[in-house]
Amino acid sequence: MTTPDVRISEAGGPATRPLLEIKDLAISFATGGGEVQAVRNAHLTIMPGETVAIVGESGSGKSTTALAAIGLLPGNGRVSAGQILLDGEDISHATEKRMIELRGNTIGMVPQDPMSNLNPVWKIGYQVRETLRANGRPSGPDDVAEVLAEAGLPDAHRRAKQYPHEFSGGMRQRALIAIGLSCQPRLLIADEPTSALDVTVQRQILDHLEAMTSELGTSVLLITHDLGLAAERADKVVVMYRGNVVEAGPSLDLLRNPRHPYTQRLVASAPSLASRRIQVAKEMGVESDELLAPTDAAVQEPEKAEEVLRIENLSKVFKLRSGIGRSTDFTAVDNVSFSVKRGTTTAIVGESGSGKSTVAQMVLNLLTPTSGKIVFDGVDTSTLNNKEIFAFRRRVQPIFQDPYGSLDPMYNIFRTIEEPLRTHKVGNRASREKKVRELLDQVALPQSTMQRYPNELSGGQRQRVAIARALALDPEVIICDEAVSALDVLVQAQVLNLLADLQSKLGLTYLFITHDLAVVRQIADHVCVMEKGRLVETGSTDDVFDSPQQDYTKALLNAIPGAQLMLPPEVARA
Amino acid sequence: MTNNFKAEHYVAPIDETPLLATDSLKSDQAPLSLWADAWHKLRRRPLFIISSLMILLLVAIAVFPGLFTQVAPNDNCDLQFSDGAPQPGHPFGYTFQGCDVYSRVIHGTQASLAVGVLSVIFVVIIGVTLGALAGFFGGWLDAFIARLGDIFFALPLVLGALVITQLPFFKDNKSVWTVVMVIVLLAWPQMARITRGAVIEVRNADFVTAARSLGVSRMGSLVRHVLPNALAPIIVLATMELGVFIVTEATLSFLGIGLPGSVMSWGNDIAAAQSSLRTNPAVLLYPATALSITVLSFIMLGDALRDALDPKSRQR
Amino acid sequence: MIQYILRRLLQVIPVFLGTTLLVYYMVFALPGDPIAALFGDRQPNPAVIAALRQQYNLDEPFWVQYGLFLKNLFTFNLGNDFTGQPIAATLGRVFPVTAMLAIEALVIQGVFGVAAGLFAGLRKGKLFDSTVLITSLVVIAIPTFVLGFVLQLVVGVQLGWAKPTVGANVTWGTLLLPAFVLGLVSFAYVLRLTRASVIENMNADYVRTATAKGLSRPRVVFAHILRNSMIPVATYLGANLGGLMGGAIVTEGIFNVPGVGQKLYQAILRSEGPTIVAIVSVFVLIFVVANLLVDLLYAWLDPRIRYDK
Repeated sequence: MTTPDVRISEAGGPATRPLLEIKDLAISFATGGGEVQAVRNAHLTIMPGETVAIVGESGSGKSTTALAAIGLLPGNGRVSAGQILLDGEDISHATEKRMIELRGNTIGMVPQDPMSNLNPVWKIGYQVRETLRANGRPSGPDDVAEVLAEAGLPDAHRRAKQYPHEFSGGMRQRALIAIGLSCQPRLLIADEPTSALDVTVQRQILDHLEAMTSELGTSVLLITHDLGLAAERADKVVVMYRGNVVEAGPSLDLLRNPRHPYTQRLVASAPSLASRRIQVAKEMGVESDELLAPTDAAVQEPEKAEEVLRIENLSKVFKLRSGIGRSTDFTAVDNVSFSVKRGTTTAIVGESGSGKSTVAQMVLNLLTPTSGKIVFDGVDTSTLNNKEIFAFRRRVQPIFQDPYGSLDPMYNIFRTIEEPLRTHKVGNRASREKKVRELLDQVALPQSTMQRYPNELSGGQRQRVAIARALALDPEVIICDEAVSALDVLVQAQVLNLLADLQSKLGLTYLFITHDLAVVRQIADHVCVMEKGRLVETGSTDDVFDSPQQDYTKALLNAIPGAQLMLPPEVARA
Repeated sequence: MTNNFKAEHYVAPIDETPLLATDSLKSDQAPLSLWADAWHKLRRRPLFIISSLMILLLVAIAVFPGLFTQVAPNDNCDLQFSDGAPQPGHPFGYTFQGCDVYSRVIHGTQASLAVGVLSVIFVVIIGVTLGALAGFFGGWLDAFIARLGDIFFALPLVLGALVITQLPFFKDNKSVWTVVMVIVLLAWPQMARITRGAVIEVRNADFVTAARSLGVSRMGSLVRHVLPNALAPIIVLATMELGVFIVTEATLSFLGIGLPGSVMSWGNDIAAAQSSLRTNPAVLLYPATALSITVLSFIMLGDALRDALDPKSRQR
Repeated sequence: MIQYILRRLLQVIPVFLGTTLLVYYMVFALPGDPIAALFGDRQPNPAVIAALRQQYNLDEPFWVQYGLFLKNLFTFNLGNDFTGQPIAATLGRVFPVTAMLAIEALVIQGVFGVAAGLFAGLRKGKLFDSTVLITSLVVIAIPTFVLGFVLQLVVGVQLGWAKPTVGANVTWGTLLLPAFVLGLVSFAYVLRLTRASVIENMNADYVRTATAKGLSRPRVVFAHILRNSMIPVATYLGANLGGLMGGAIVTEGIFNVPGVGQKLYQAILRSEGPTIVAIVSVFVLIFVVANLLVDLLYAWLDPRIRYDK
């Protein structure tokens, strides 16, 4: 029954048998309210050596489908129909014994979150060794080190003796890749393998993964939410939407001719494809609407506008405890200067640890700068007394990243949006209620939302509520700290659209903190690129994107997944 | 990559996979606050129903013991009934001193519940205040409160009580209040620790930062945002500790350092009954059972509350 | 790791000093005349009073008294009890008995509690699990002294399976019943804690990854689920040592076990202040040291702690 590997290798021969074939797969979960279908009618085919990507938003069933293929559905989930054929053998209802045989040396997995997927109490080397041993491979210290070294971990012998918490996120992901590929599986399931990492690290790791799998001839099932990344890395793309496969085909073909309306929307909204599309869209004068991410606010003439915020030589040094009675200085923000003009959007871009959020906290007057000043509307904010700070807070408002953490779960939506009005003693109860209703209208939420609680809303809806709360006091500047990073692509596009509309209606100024250059291209007039606390490049968005001056900026731009896909203008128009 | 397998471009029939509006609001259910949600879950849990009914009954007995027995617990003690068997009107029989056991069990409820409830109230006031301040403000205040808590924590409850009750003040004024004082003095660090942990978990949430940047003061954000969100573990611990404190009172009374003999309590009765354990164990078993059922009710309630208030079990 | 031990030591010292100071202050400084307070209503003879004043240096200023008390504590110079016996010698004789009792109780709660908790957690929602959950609540609700009497009566007197009292004949076997009584409540807590953390770890990402690596089920269960579930259990066992000491007083009293707890119980009944203070101080010392050891165990179980700032 086993297929000799020879069949995989050669070109020119007749089409070989697919390594993995999923046919009419349905998966359901037993919940308190009965059976819920998570996946219906899913089908996909992976040929030996091929990379296939499943793309979809959260809850689309993409991960569930992949987990079913390695027999790791959660306890309440089951395959209710269809087949999963691994090299001709249906493993959809295989025994646990058979699955244990297959896992590791036939099907490997690289999971999503490097922070939670390594057991914190065991050394890295141990976690590699037990994999090798369980699959009957040599597992001496040298074998372990070799596996780690192949995944691109330098100094592997020493690294094997360390614990996961001594590794950075990128290194942990390399260790997980090492584990996933250590027994040279024929199929590797990579579930969002890099979405928790910085873009530049993401690129390195994906490159390395690609090199390793093509050398070993491993087939890859790549799960991702990023259409650009999928198209760049996979031969074929399968698009899933609400548990269904809605479209599948060769990557470029699918990108060029999306036929299903969902795919069309996705192609239109994916920020990673935006860099190229936006140019074209602007030329053609496309209006922003549901299907298109907003055209940026560049229609205004920022040159004329007055300066509302000026940051001068701003630094922030934190004291870190290192041992008893000692501390070392950590410079989170190092001599940063830039200015923001009224009615424009300035983006601060950087990877984790770049100090971008620390800048935001200082601008919000929640952290005191170590040195330098923040001048808001001509006044140095460090000179404000308590009463003046209270007044300042009405004029500068934040929107945060995590839609699940930014609203108090104990407050209903009315109380949430009313809180700023109540705190600043604006109007009476009736006028405040009227204002809350207006604000809900402005962010396009039905007024019935008022009585609901945050846990009843989706991520995008919560961010709308956060925007309404930020707008309640008619501020002039809004600091968006990764405000759309946690949202699904289509929702992200909607929220960005809303922000752009509000800006043109209300003349708002945005300071947009983000790690996502693709989003920056869509919304910002000016860009400040930060690296390790320092400002490395600043300029208008077009200048920075079209002719980046610094190597770091170039690396960042290069790392945008899909940025190098050559898309003809007609694709861009969707 | 070249592959001679010719992949076709598949599109699902559009009418089978209709495109829904992105991010629509579900509006088919009534709004649910965290508390309403918890109440919803609790209402259907047998553990919760049984324990709350038991607690209601116990409170009724404690407040109106006269409704449950006509026999006065002390007046009619008659040595001729010493360790006597049950009779009509005296269902549990008689103690060594010839007192009615049923009546004593009913009247003993009050002291146990009073000690439990009062101790929990003061433990919550002190523990939550100190724990919340320590967790929210951190720094030297946190270090000071943590060390102070450790000092009391290093004194195990019964041992600490042994020492404290040696003080003349406590020896001379034995009453419900001295027992409550002993318990509160030794048990607040546990509550402070739990509160501190819960507050630390919430204090850096974005909604707290958002409130601060709206102009809400630090104390304001602690009281209005942090504490309400840290309440669940505090409520659970308080309910469970109510049971634990009732056991502590009984243990201290049993050891002779709790309630004075003049106060009727299960602990005292159990201590008094141990001499006749082999001849008439029933005298010991009735107050012991009453004590265990009371404690069980509070522990069960705490367990049900923990499940209902667990944020992980909420759908988002 | 050394950093971590040093830091923990630095935290333990003030706690020990604070707790003993508290105990000492309450007994010797708060009452106007400590000697009178120590003896309560009885009148000691002048020789005993003189010996006590000397033993506790009551003529010195408070801080000197306290310092000398600490010195005496560390040199096991604990003075004499009311019958004139040196307390240290008595403690040396009875301490091994209590240690045996505590070890037996620890094994019952640690080994059986963890095993039952693991078993219940892995079968969450099944019959065994729900039975164990309800039973453990009932066990937690029964006070140790009630349980002691009931088991003494049923197992010891009526069934005759074990000696109802231990007396002078102390062996691992005769201590089994008291150790069971002493360990049962904590057994239920350990069981519930293990179960909860097993359930949490079962759903952890790294457990799924371990399964995806092709490990056998027993390996996943023991090397990943159980191993990580031990971390909160270790903390609980350390903190619970205090409860065990309190429980030992009750249990040794009921079963007439000639241990430290019983000595303490008798000292309370006779209002022997100096003996109470001496024994409680020794207990506090043991408790603090044991918790330090548990912290080291904790650091061994959870490597993240060692590097924590």
